[in-house]
Amino acid sequence: MISINNIAKGFSEKPVIEGVSAEFETGKCNLIIGASGSGKTVLMKCLVGLITPDAGEIIYDGENFSRMNEDAKKIMRRKIGMLFQGSALFDSKTVEQNIMFPLDMFSNDTRAEKQKRVDMVLDRVNLTDAHKKFPAEISGGMKKRVGIARSIVLNPQYLFCDEPNSGLDPQTSLVIDKLIREITTEYNITTVIYTHDMNSVMEIGDRILYMYQGKKEWEGNSKEIIFSKNEKLNSFIFASEFLQDAKDMRMLEVSGKIDENRNMDKLLKG
Amino acid sequence: MKIFTSFGEFILMLKGMFTKPENWRMYWKELMHQCVELGIGSLGIVSIVAVFIGAVSTLQTSYQFISPIIPRSVIAQIVRDTVILEFAPTITCVVLAGVVGSKISSELGNMRVSEQIDALEIMGINTKAYLILPKITAALITIPMLVVLAMVLGIWGGRFVGEVTGILPTEIFDRGLLEAFVPYNVKFALVKAYTFALIITAIPAYFGYNVKGGALEIGRASTTAVVSSCIIILLADYVLATILL
Repeated sequence: MISINNIAKGFSEKPVIEGVSAEFETGKCNLIIGASGSGKTVLMKCLVGLITPDAGEIIYDGENFSRMNEDAKKIMRRKIGMLFQGSALFDSKTVEQNIMFPLDMFSNDTRAEKQKRVDMVLDRVNLTDAHKKFPAEISGGMKKRVGIARSIVLNPQYLFCDEPNSGLDPQTSLVIDKLIREITTEYNITTVIYTHDMNSVMEIGDRILYMYQGKKEWEGNSKEIIFSKNEKLNSFIFASEFLQDAKDMRMLEVSGKIDENRNMDKLLKG
Repeated sequence: MKIFTSFGEFILMLKGMFTKPENWRMYWKELMHQCVELGIGSLGIVSIVAVFIGAVSTLQTSYQFISPIIPRSVIAQIVRDTVILEFAPTITCVVLAGVVGSKISSELGNMRVSEQIDALEIMGINTKAYLILPKITAALITIPMLVVLAMVLGIWGGRFVGEVTGILPTEIFDRGLLEAFVPYNVKFALVKAYTFALIITAIPAYFGYNVKGGALEIGRASTTAVVSSCIIILLADYVLATILL
Protein backbone atom coordinates (compact mmCIF):
# COMPACT_ATOMS: atom_id res chain seq x y z
CA MET A 1 0.00 0.00 0.00
CA ILE A 2 1.14 3.54 -0.74
CA SER A 3 -0.04 6.38 1.49
CA ILE A 4 0.39 10.04 0.72
CA ASN A 5 -0.27 12.67 3.36
CA ASN A 6 -0.77 16.35 2.59
CA ILE A 7 1.51 16.45 -0.44
CA ALA A 8 2.15 19.95 -1.73
CA LYS A 9 4.32 21.19 -4.54
CA GLY A 10 4.68 24.50 -6.31
CA PHE A 11 6.91 26.06 -8.93
CA SER A 12 8.04 29.69 -8.83
CA GLU A 13 5.76 30.25 -5.82
CA LYS A 14 2.75 29.04 -7.83
CA PRO A 15 1.13 26.01 -6.13
CA VAL A 16 0.58 23.06 -8.47
CA ILE A 17 -0.65 20.51 -5.94
CA GLU A 18 -1.99 21.40 -2.52
CA GLY A 19 -2.51 19.12 0.48
CA VAL A 20 -3.34 15.91 -1.40
CA SER A 21 -3.81 12.82 0.79
CA ALA A 22 -4.77 9.35 -0.40
CA GLU A 23 -4.15 5.65 -0.03
CA PHE A 24 -3.39 3.34 -2.94
CA GLU A 25 -4.26 -0.26 -2.18
CA THR A 26 -2.22 -3.36 -3.00
CA GLY A 27 -3.55 -5.68 -5.72
CA LYS A 28 -5.83 -2.97 -7.08
CA CYS A 29 -5.77 -0.48 -9.92
CA ASN A 30 -5.72 2.95 -8.31
CA LEU A 31 -6.54 5.68 -10.81
CA ILE A 32 -5.66 9.34 -10.59
CA ILE A 33 -7.76 11.32 -13.01
CA GLY A 34 -8.05 14.98 -13.82
CA ALA A 35 -7.89 17.47 -16.63
CA SER A 36 -4.60 18.58 -18.15
CA GLY A 37 -2.84 20.89 -15.71
CA SER A 38 -4.64 19.48 -12.67
CA GLY A 39 -1.35 18.32 -11.13
CA LYS A 40 -1.53 14.59 -11.94
CA THR A 41 1.94 14.36 -13.49
CA VAL A 42 3.57 16.45 -10.76
CA LEU A 43 1.94 14.21 -8.14
CA MET A 44 3.24 11.13 -9.98
CA LYS A 45 6.77 12.57 -10.19
CA CYS A 46 6.62 13.30 -6.45
CA LEU A 47 5.49 9.73 -5.78
CA VAL A 48 8.37 8.15 -7.66
CA GLY A 49 10.91 10.67 -6.40
CA LEU A 50 11.65 12.51 -9.64
CA ILE A 51 10.47 15.70 -7.90
CA THR A 52 10.81 16.43 -4.19
CA PRO A 53 7.52 17.69 -2.71
CA ASP A 54 7.56 20.95 -0.74
CA ALA A 55 5.52 19.35 2.04
CA GLY A 56 3.88 16.06 2.99
CA GLU A 57 4.86 12.43 3.29
CA ILE A 58 4.94 9.48 0.92
CA ILE A 59 4.88 6.10 2.63
CA TYR A 60 5.52 2.82 0.80
CA ASP A 61 4.30 -0.08 2.98
CA GLY A 62 5.37 1.67 6.18
CA GLU A 63 8.64 3.02 4.77
CA ASN A 64 8.74 6.79 4.64
CA PHE A 65 10.05 7.56 1.16
CA SER A 66 10.13 11.32 1.83
CA ARG A 67 12.65 10.94 4.64
CA MET A 68 14.99 8.54 2.83
CA ASN A 69 18.42 9.69 1.68
CA GLU A 70 19.36 9.39 -2.00
CA ASP A 71 20.97 5.94 -1.61
CA ALA A 72 17.93 4.53 0.17
CA LYS A 73 15.67 6.07 -2.47
CA LYS A 74 17.71 4.40 -5.21
CA ILE A 75 17.21 1.02 -3.53
CA MET A 76 13.52 1.74 -3.05
CA ARG A 77 13.13 2.63 -6.72
CA ARG A 78 14.19 -0.88 -7.67
CA LYS A 79 10.85 -2.00 -6.23
CA ILE A 80 9.08 0.42 -8.56
CA GLY A 81 8.17 -0.21 -12.18
CA MET A 82 6.94 2.52 -14.40
CA LEU A 83 5.19 2.70 -17.74
CA PHE A 84 5.70 6.10 -19.34
CA GLN A 85 3.26 7.96 -21.54
CA GLY A 86 5.56 7.65 -24.56
CA SER A 87 6.86 4.25 -23.36
CA ALA A 88 10.40 5.73 -22.93
CA LEU A 89 12.06 2.75 -24.59
CA PHE A 90 15.78 3.08 -25.35
CA ASP A 91 15.94 3.83 -29.08
CA SER A 92 19.34 2.24 -29.64
CA LYS A 93 18.39 -1.09 -28.05
CA THR A 94 16.16 -3.86 -29.38
CA VAL A 95 12.98 -4.90 -27.56
CA GLU A 96 14.88 -7.75 -25.94
CA GLN A 97 17.78 -5.50 -24.88
CA ASN A 98 15.34 -2.94 -23.46
CA ILE A 99 13.82 -5.55 -21.19
CA MET A 100 17.17 -7.17 -20.43
CA PHE A 101 18.65 -3.81 -19.34
CA PRO A 102 17.29 -3.70 -15.74
CA LEU A 103 18.32 -7.34 -15.31
CA ASP A 104 21.84 -6.64 -16.61
CA MET A 105 22.14 -3.69 -14.26
CA PHE A 106 20.75 -5.19 -11.06
CA SER A 107 20.60 -8.97 -11.30
CA ASN A 108 23.34 -11.50 -10.71
CA ASP A 109 21.53 -14.18 -12.70
CA THR A 110 23.26 -16.05 -15.49
CA ARG A 111 22.72 -15.05 -19.10
CA ALA A 112 20.40 -18.04 -19.64
CA GLU A 113 18.31 -17.17 -16.58
CA LYS A 114 17.98 -13.57 -17.71
CA GLN A 115 16.98 -14.67 -21.19
CA LYS A 116 14.35 -16.99 -19.70
CA ARG A 117 12.94 -14.11 -17.64
CA VAL A 118 12.84 -11.81 -20.69
CA ASP A 119 11.04 -14.47 -22.73
CA MET A 120 8.59 -14.99 -19.88
CA VAL A 121 7.62 -11.33 -19.49
CA LEU A 122 7.38 -10.85 -23.26
CA ASP A 123 5.14 -13.88 -23.40
CA ARG A 124 3.10 -12.41 -20.52
CA VAL A 125 2.40 -9.25 -22.51
CA ASN A 126 1.63 -11.32 -25.61
CA LEU A 127 4.69 -10.29 -27.58
CA THR A 128 6.50 -13.36 -28.74
CA ASP A 129 7.93 -12.30 -32.08
CA ALA A 130 9.36 -8.84 -31.42
CA HIS A 131 12.61 -9.73 -29.60
CA LYS A 132 14.99 -8.39 -32.22
CA LYS A 133 12.97 -5.39 -33.35
CA PHE A 134 13.89 -1.81 -32.48
CA PRO A 135 11.32 0.54 -30.91
CA ALA A 136 11.05 2.47 -34.19
CA GLU A 137 9.92 -0.73 -35.92
CA ILE A 138 6.94 -1.52 -33.68
CA SER A 139 3.48 0.01 -33.23
CA GLY A 140 2.35 2.25 -30.37
CA GLY A 141 0.41 -0.58 -28.70
CA MET A 142 3.43 -2.89 -28.93
CA LYS A 143 5.64 -0.18 -27.43
CA LYS A 144 3.27 0.06 -24.46
CA ARG A 145 3.46 -3.70 -24.02
CA VAL A 146 7.25 -3.63 -24.17
CA GLY A 147 7.13 -0.79 -21.61
CA ILE A 148 4.95 -2.92 -19.34
CA ALA A 149 7.26 -5.91 -19.82
CA ARG A 150 10.30 -3.79 -18.89
CA SER A 151 8.56 -2.38 -15.84
CA ILE A 152 7.64 -5.79 -14.46
CA VAL A 153 10.84 -7.66 -15.32
CA LEU A 154 12.36 -7.05 -11.87
CA ASN A 155 9.16 -8.15 -10.07
CA PRO A 156 8.23 -4.70 -8.74
CA GLN A 157 5.94 -4.19 -5.78
CA TYR A 158 4.63 -0.93 -7.17
CA LEU A 159 3.66 -0.11 -10.73
CA PHE A 160 3.05 3.42 -12.01
CA CYS A 161 1.45 3.97 -15.39
CA ASP A 162 1.39 7.45 -16.89
CA GLU A 163 -1.50 7.69 -19.34
CA PRO A 164 -1.11 4.12 -20.62
CA ASN A 165 -3.73 4.62 -23.34
CA SER A 166 -2.59 7.90 -24.84
CA GLY A 167 -2.22 7.66 -28.60
CA LEU A 168 -3.85 4.23 -28.81
CA ASP A 169 -7.04 3.21 -30.57
CA PRO A 170 -9.99 2.19 -28.32
CA GLN A 171 -9.55 -1.52 -28.93
CA THR A 172 -5.80 -1.51 -28.15
CA SER A 173 -6.54 0.66 -25.11
CA LEU A 174 -8.84 -2.03 -23.76
CA VAL A 175 -6.15 -4.67 -24.33
CA ILE A 176 -3.60 -2.57 -22.40
CA ASP A 177 -6.10 -1.89 -19.58
CA LYS A 178 -6.88 -5.60 -19.33
CA LEU A 179 -3.20 -6.43 -19.26
CA ILE A 180 -2.50 -3.94 -16.47
CA ARG A 181 -5.45 -5.25 -14.48
CA GLU A 182 -4.30 -8.88 -14.89
CA ILE A 183 -0.71 -8.10 -13.95
CA THR A 184 -1.84 -6.13 -10.89
CA THR A 185 -3.91 -9.02 -9.60
CA GLU A 186 -1.51 -11.78 -10.63
CA TYR A 187 1.61 -10.25 -9.04
CA ASN A 188 -0.33 -8.48 -6.22
CA ILE A 189 1.18 -5.13 -7.17
CA THR A 190 0.09 -1.69 -5.98
CA THR A 191 -0.73 -0.08 -9.31
CA VAL A 192 -1.24 3.65 -9.71
CA ILE A 193 -2.50 4.84 -13.09
CA TYR A 194 -2.65 8.43 -14.29
CA THR A 195 -5.23 8.80 -16.98
CA HIS A 196 -8.00 10.83 -18.50
CA ASP A 197 -9.28 7.91 -20.56
CA MET A 198 -12.89 7.27 -19.55
CA ASN A 199 -12.80 3.65 -20.69
CA SER A 200 -10.00 2.99 -18.20
CA VAL A 201 -11.92 4.75 -15.45
CA MET A 202 -14.95 2.54 -15.98
CA GLU A 203 -13.14 -0.71 -16.73
CA ILE A 204 -10.29 -0.87 -14.23
CA GLY A 205 -10.95 1.86 -11.66
CA ASP A 206 -10.92 -0.07 -8.40
CA ARG A 207 -10.16 3.18 -6.65
CA ILE A 208 -10.37 6.58 -8.30
CA LEU A 209 -8.98 9.89 -7.17
CA TYR A 210 -10.15 12.94 -9.08
CA MET A 211 -7.91 15.97 -8.98
CA TYR A 212 -9.08 19.47 -9.78
CA GLN A 213 -6.73 22.46 -9.87
CA GLY A 214 -4.12 20.71 -7.75
CA LYS A 215 -6.50 19.47 -5.05
CA LYS A 216 -8.28 16.18 -4.39
CA GLU A 217 -11.85 16.81 -5.44
CA TRP A 218 -13.43 13.36 -5.22
CA GLU A 219 -12.52 9.78 -4.30
CA GLY A 220 -14.41 6.55 -4.94
CA ASN A 221 -14.68 3.61 -7.36
CA SER A 222 -16.05 3.06 -10.86
CA LYS A 223 -19.55 2.24 -9.57
CA GLU A 224 -19.74 5.22 -7.26
CA ILE A 225 -18.59 7.57 -10.00
CA ILE A 226 -21.80 6.88 -11.94
CA PHE A 227 -23.96 8.13 -9.10
CA SER A 228 -21.70 10.96 -8.02
CA LYS A 229 -23.36 14.34 -7.66
CA ASN A 230 -20.04 16.18 -7.85
CA GLU A 231 -20.55 18.68 -10.65
CA LYS A 232 -16.88 19.19 -11.44
CA LEU A 233 -16.35 15.45 -11.66
CA ASN A 234 -19.43 14.93 -13.82
CA SER A 235 -18.54 17.71 -16.22
CA PHE A 236 -15.04 16.22 -16.54
CA ILE A 237 -15.96 12.55 -16.87
CA PHE A 238 -19.18 12.84 -18.84
CA ALA A 239 -18.15 15.78 -20.95
CA SER A 240 -20.03 14.87 -24.14
CA GLU A 241 -23.70 14.04 -24.73
CA PHE A 242 -22.65 10.58 -25.82
CA LEU A 243 -20.90 9.95 -22.51
CA GLN A 244 -23.86 11.36 -20.58
CA ASP A 245 -26.11 8.91 -22.40
CA ALA A 246 -23.66 6.13 -21.63
CA LYS A 247 -23.76 7.16 -17.96
CA ASP A 248 -27.59 7.06 -17.96
CA MET A 249 -27.49 3.60 -19.51
CA ARG A 250 -25.00 2.41 -16.93
CA MET A 251 -27.18 3.84 -14.14
CA LEU A 252 -30.18 1.98 -15.47
CA GLU A 253 -28.11 -1.18 -15.71
CA VAL A 254 -26.70 -0.87 -12.17
CA SER A 255 -30.15 -0.09 -10.74
CA GLY A 256 -31.52 -3.22 -12.49
CA LYS A 257 -33.97 -1.40 -14.77
CA ILE A 258 -32.33 -2.89 -17.87
CA ASP A 259 -30.39 -6.13 -18.11
CA GLU A 260 -26.71 -6.45 -18.92
CA ASN A 261 -27.46 -6.89 -22.63
CA ARG A 262 -29.02 -3.43 -22.58
CA ASN A 263 -32.43 -4.89 -23.45
CA MET A 264 -34.92 -2.07 -22.87
CA ASP A 265 -38.16 -3.98 -23.45
CA LYS A 266 -38.96 -4.17 -19.74
CA LEU A 267 -38.29 -0.47 -19.29
CA LEU A 268 -40.33 0.58 -22.31
CA LYS A 269 -43.32 -1.59 -21.32
CA GLY A 270 -43.30 0.30 -18.02
CA MET B 1 23.02 36.17 -13.42
CA LYS B 2 21.87 33.22 -15.55
CA ILE B 3 25.46 32.40 -16.47
CA PHE B 4 26.31 31.89 -12.77
CA THR B 5 23.28 29.65 -12.29
CA SER B 6 24.29 27.61 -15.34
CA PHE B 7 27.87 27.38 -14.11
CA GLY B 8 26.64 26.19 -10.71
CA GLU B 9 24.43 23.57 -12.36
CA PHE B 10 27.36 22.49 -14.53
CA ILE B 11 29.60 21.99 -11.48
CA LEU B 12 26.82 20.08 -9.68
CA MET B 13 26.41 17.88 -12.76
CA LEU B 14 30.13 17.05 -12.75
CA LYS B 15 30.02 16.39 -8.99
CA GLY B 16 26.95 14.18 -9.41
CA MET B 17 28.84 11.86 -11.79
CA PHE B 18 31.13 10.55 -9.10
CA THR B 19 29.16 7.89 -7.25
CA LYS B 20 29.70 4.16 -6.94
CA PRO B 21 28.45 2.50 -10.14
CA GLU B 22 25.43 0.23 -9.76
CA ASN B 23 27.17 -2.37 -11.93
CA TRP B 24 30.84 -2.02 -12.95
CA ARG B 25 30.47 -4.35 -15.92
CA MET B 26 27.67 -2.25 -17.46
CA TYR B 27 29.65 0.96 -16.98
CA TRP B 28 32.71 -0.64 -18.59
CA LYS B 29 30.56 -1.78 -21.51
CA GLU B 30 29.19 1.75 -21.91
CA LEU B 31 32.72 3.21 -21.74
CA MET B 32 33.92 0.89 -24.52
CA HIS B 33 30.84 1.74 -26.57
CA GLN B 34 31.59 5.45 -26.19
CA CYS B 35 35.27 4.94 -27.08
CA VAL B 36 34.15 3.36 -30.35
CA GLU B 37 31.49 6.03 -30.99
CA LEU B 38 33.67 9.05 -30.19
CA GLY B 39 37.11 7.74 -31.14
CA ILE B 40 36.74 5.41 -34.08
CA GLY B 41 33.67 7.32 -35.25
CA SER B 42 35.75 10.49 -35.62
CA LEU B 43 38.78 8.90 -37.30
CA GLY B 44 37.69 9.75 -40.84
CA ILE B 45 37.00 13.45 -40.36
CA VAL B 46 40.10 13.94 -38.18
CA SER B 47 42.32 12.26 -40.80
CA ILE B 48 40.95 14.31 -43.68
CA VAL B 49 41.22 17.60 -41.79
CA ALA B 50 44.77 16.81 -40.60
CA VAL B 51 46.13 15.85 -44.03
CA PHE B 52 44.73 18.97 -45.68
CA ILE B 53 45.90 21.27 -42.91
CA GLY B 54 49.46 19.92 -43.27
CA ALA B 55 49.31 20.19 -47.05
CA VAL B 56 48.04 23.77 -47.01
CA SER B 57 50.64 24.70 -44.37
CA THR B 58 53.44 23.60 -46.67
CA LEU B 59 52.00 25.47 -49.64
CA GLN B 60 51.37 28.70 -47.75
CA THR B 61 54.67 28.69 -45.86
CA SER B 62 56.50 28.16 -49.13
CA TYR B 63 54.49 30.98 -50.76
CA GLN B 64 55.52 33.40 -48.01
CA PHE B 65 59.14 32.24 -48.12
CA ILE B 66 60.78 34.74 -50.42
CA SER B 67 64.27 35.12 -48.89
CA PRO B 68 66.92 32.96 -50.62
CA ILE B 69 69.18 33.24 -47.51
CA ILE B 70 66.95 31.04 -45.33
CA PRO B 71 67.32 27.31 -46.07
CA ARG B 72 64.25 25.58 -47.53
CA SER B 73 64.29 22.99 -44.74
CA VAL B 74 62.94 25.71 -42.44
CA ILE B 75 59.56 25.22 -44.22
CA ALA B 76 59.41 21.71 -42.72
CA GLN B 77 60.24 23.11 -39.26
CA ILE B 78 57.45 25.68 -39.53
CA VAL B 79 54.95 23.08 -40.76
CA ARG B 80 55.97 20.68 -37.97
CA ASP B 81 55.69 23.26 -35.20
CA THR B 82 52.44 24.85 -36.36
CA VAL B 83 50.84 21.44 -36.82
CA ILE B 84 52.01 20.17 -33.42
CA LEU B 85 51.41 23.35 -31.45
CA GLU B 86 48.19 24.62 -32.96
CA PHE B 87 46.61 22.89 -35.89
CA ALA B 88 46.52 19.30 -34.63
CA PRO B 89 45.12 19.99 -31.15
CA THR B 90 43.04 23.12 -31.72
CA ILE B 91 41.60 22.68 -35.21
CA THR B 92 40.97 18.97 -34.61
CA CYS B 93 39.14 19.74 -31.38
CA VAL B 94 37.12 22.59 -32.91
CA VAL B 95 36.02 20.14 -35.62
CA LEU B 96 35.28 17.49 -32.97
CA ALA B 97 33.29 20.05 -30.96
CA GLY B 98 30.93 20.13 -33.93
CA VAL B 99 30.90 16.41 -34.62
CA VAL B 100 31.02 14.94 -31.11
CA GLY B 101 29.43 17.89 -29.30
CA SER B 102 26.25 17.98 -31.37
CA LYS B 103 25.98 14.19 -31.16
CA ILE B 104 26.24 14.15 -27.36
CA SER B 105 23.91 17.08 -26.92
CA SER B 106 21.20 15.79 -29.23
CA GLU B 107 21.45 12.23 -27.90
CA LEU B 108 21.01 13.31 -24.28
CA GLY B 109 18.42 15.92 -25.23
CA ASN B 110 16.36 13.31 -27.03
CA MET B 111 16.67 10.96 -24.07
CA ARG B 112 15.49 13.74 -21.74
CA VAL B 113 12.53 14.75 -23.89
CA SER B 114 11.38 11.17 -24.51
CA GLU B 115 11.61 10.41 -20.75
CA GLN B 116 14.36 7.81 -21.21
CA ILE B 117 16.43 9.59 -18.56
CA ASP B 118 13.45 9.53 -16.17
CA ALA B 119 13.06 5.81 -16.91
CA LEU B 120 16.69 5.20 -15.91
CA GLU B 121 16.29 7.34 -12.75
CA ILE B 122 13.24 5.34 -11.72
CA MET B 123 15.19 2.12 -12.16
CA GLY B 124 17.54 3.53 -9.51
CA ILE B 125 20.39 4.41 -11.87
CA ASN B 126 22.49 7.56 -11.43
CA THR B 127 21.98 8.93 -14.93
CA LYS B 128 24.77 11.50 -14.63
CA ALA B 129 27.21 8.72 -13.82
CA TYR B 130 25.88 6.25 -16.38
CA LEU B 131 25.25 8.59 -19.30
CA ILE B 132 27.78 11.41 -18.94
CA LEU B 133 30.84 9.99 -17.17
CA PRO B 134 31.57 7.29 -19.81
CA LYS B 135 31.36 9.94 -22.56
CA ILE B 136 33.84 12.25 -20.82
CA THR B 137 36.18 9.37 -19.93
CA ALA B 138 36.02 8.01 -23.48
CA ALA B 139 36.87 11.47 -24.83
CA LEU B 140 39.81 11.78 -22.43
CA ILE B 141 41.11 8.44 -23.71
CA THR B 142 40.48 8.80 -27.43
CA ILE B 143 40.81 12.51 -28.24
CA PRO B 144 44.52 12.81 -27.27
CA MET B 145 45.09 9.75 -29.49
CA LEU B 146 43.26 11.46 -32.32
CA VAL B 147 45.35 14.58 -31.79
CA VAL B 148 48.58 12.56 -32.01
CA LEU B 149 47.25 10.95 -35.17
CA ALA B 150 46.40 14.40 -36.53
CA MET B 151 49.99 15.53 -35.83
CA VAL B 152 51.42 12.58 -37.78
CA LEU B 153 48.98 12.89 -40.67
CA GLY B 154 49.34 16.68 -40.80
CA ILE B 155 53.11 16.46 -41.13
CA TRP B 156 52.76 13.63 -43.64
CA GLY B 157 50.31 15.74 -45.67
CA GLY B 158 52.80 18.59 -45.75
CA ARG B 159 55.61 16.28 -46.76
CA PHE B 160 53.52 14.63 -49.48
CA VAL B 161 52.42 17.93 -51.03
CA GLY B 162 56.00 19.28 -50.87
CA GLU B 163 57.16 16.30 -52.93
CA VAL B 164 54.22 16.20 -55.36
CA THR B 165 54.35 19.91 -56.19
CA GLY B 166 58.13 20.03 -56.24
CA ILE B 167 58.20 22.79 -53.59
CA LEU B 168 60.26 20.78 -51.14
CA PRO B 169 61.85 17.37 -51.86
CA THR B 170 61.30 14.76 -49.14
CA GLU B 171 65.02 14.62 -48.24
CA ILE B 172 65.03 18.34 -47.37
CA PHE B 173 61.65 18.06 -45.61
CA ASP B 174 62.87 15.10 -43.48
CA ARG B 175 66.07 16.96 -42.59
CA GLY B 176 64.05 20.03 -41.58
CA LEU B 177 61.71 17.89 -39.45
CA LEU B 178 64.61 16.79 -37.25
CA GLU B 179 66.17 20.23 -36.91
CA ALA B 180 65.48 22.24 -33.71
CA PHE B 181 62.79 19.83 -32.56
CA VAL B 182 61.47 20.68 -29.07
CA PRO B 183 59.81 17.60 -27.43
CA TYR B 184 58.04 19.93 -24.96
CA ASN B 185 55.79 21.07 -27.83
CA VAL B 186 54.25 17.60 -27.98
CA LYS B 187 53.61 17.64 -24.23
CA PHE B 188 52.00 21.07 -24.57
CA ALA B 189 49.81 19.80 -27.40
CA LEU B 190 48.71 16.85 -25.26
CA VAL B 191 47.82 19.14 -22.33
CA LYS B 192 45.65 21.07 -24.78
CA ALA B 193 44.13 17.84 -26.10
CA TYR B 194 43.08 16.68 -22.60
CA THR B 195 41.64 20.11 -21.76
CA PHE B 196 39.71 20.34 -25.01
CA ALA B 197 38.47 16.74 -24.66
CA LEU B 198 36.87 17.69 -21.36
CA ILE B 199 35.34 20.83 -22.88
CA ILE B 200 33.87 19.17 -25.98
CA THR B 201 32.10 16.47 -23.98
CA ALA B 202 31.15 18.08 -20.66
CA ILE B 203 29.59 21.23 -22.12
CA PRO B 204 27.37 19.50 -24.72
CA ALA B 205 26.44 16.92 -22.06
CA TYR B 206 25.29 19.74 -19.78
CA PHE B 207 23.16 21.36 -22.49
CA GLY B 208 21.70 18.03 -23.65
CA TYR B 209 21.01 16.69 -20.17
CA ASN B 210 19.09 19.82 -19.16
CA VAL B 211 16.93 20.21 -22.26
CA LYS B 212 13.32 21.16 -21.53
CA GLY B 213 10.71 21.04 -24.27
CA GLY B 214 10.74 19.21 -27.59
CA ALA B 215 12.52 18.82 -30.90
CA LEU B 216 13.07 22.57 -31.33
CA GLU B 217 14.79 22.83 -27.95
CA ILE B 218 17.01 19.82 -28.75
CA GLY B 219 18.20 21.63 -31.89
CA ARG B 220 18.77 24.83 -29.95
CA ALA B 221 20.67 22.97 -27.23
CA SER B 222 22.94 21.36 -29.85
CA THR B 223 23.71 24.70 -31.48
CA THR B 224 24.37 26.38 -28.12
CA ALA B 225 26.55 23.46 -27.05
CA VAL B 226 28.71 23.59 -30.20
CA VAL B 227 29.05 27.38 -30.19
CA SER B 228 29.89 27.47 -26.46
CA SER B 229 32.38 24.62 -26.78
CA CYS B 230 34.18 26.33 -29.70
CA ILE B 231 34.42 29.65 -27.86
CA ILE B 232 35.66 28.00 -24.66
CA ILE B 233 38.21 25.94 -26.64
CA LEU B 234 39.64 29.12 -28.20
CA LEU B 235 39.67 30.84 -24.82
CA ALA B 236 41.37 27.86 -23.17
CA ASP B 237 43.84 27.74 -26.09
CA TYR B 238 44.87 31.32 -25.37
CA VAL B 239 45.08 30.78 -21.59
CA LEU B 240 47.16 27.60 -21.96
CA ALA B 241 49.52 29.25 -24.45
CA THR B 242 49.98 32.19 -22.07
CA ILE B 243 50.67 29.96 -19.09
CA LEU B 244 52.65 27.12 -20.62
CA LEU B 245 54.71 28.69 -23.42
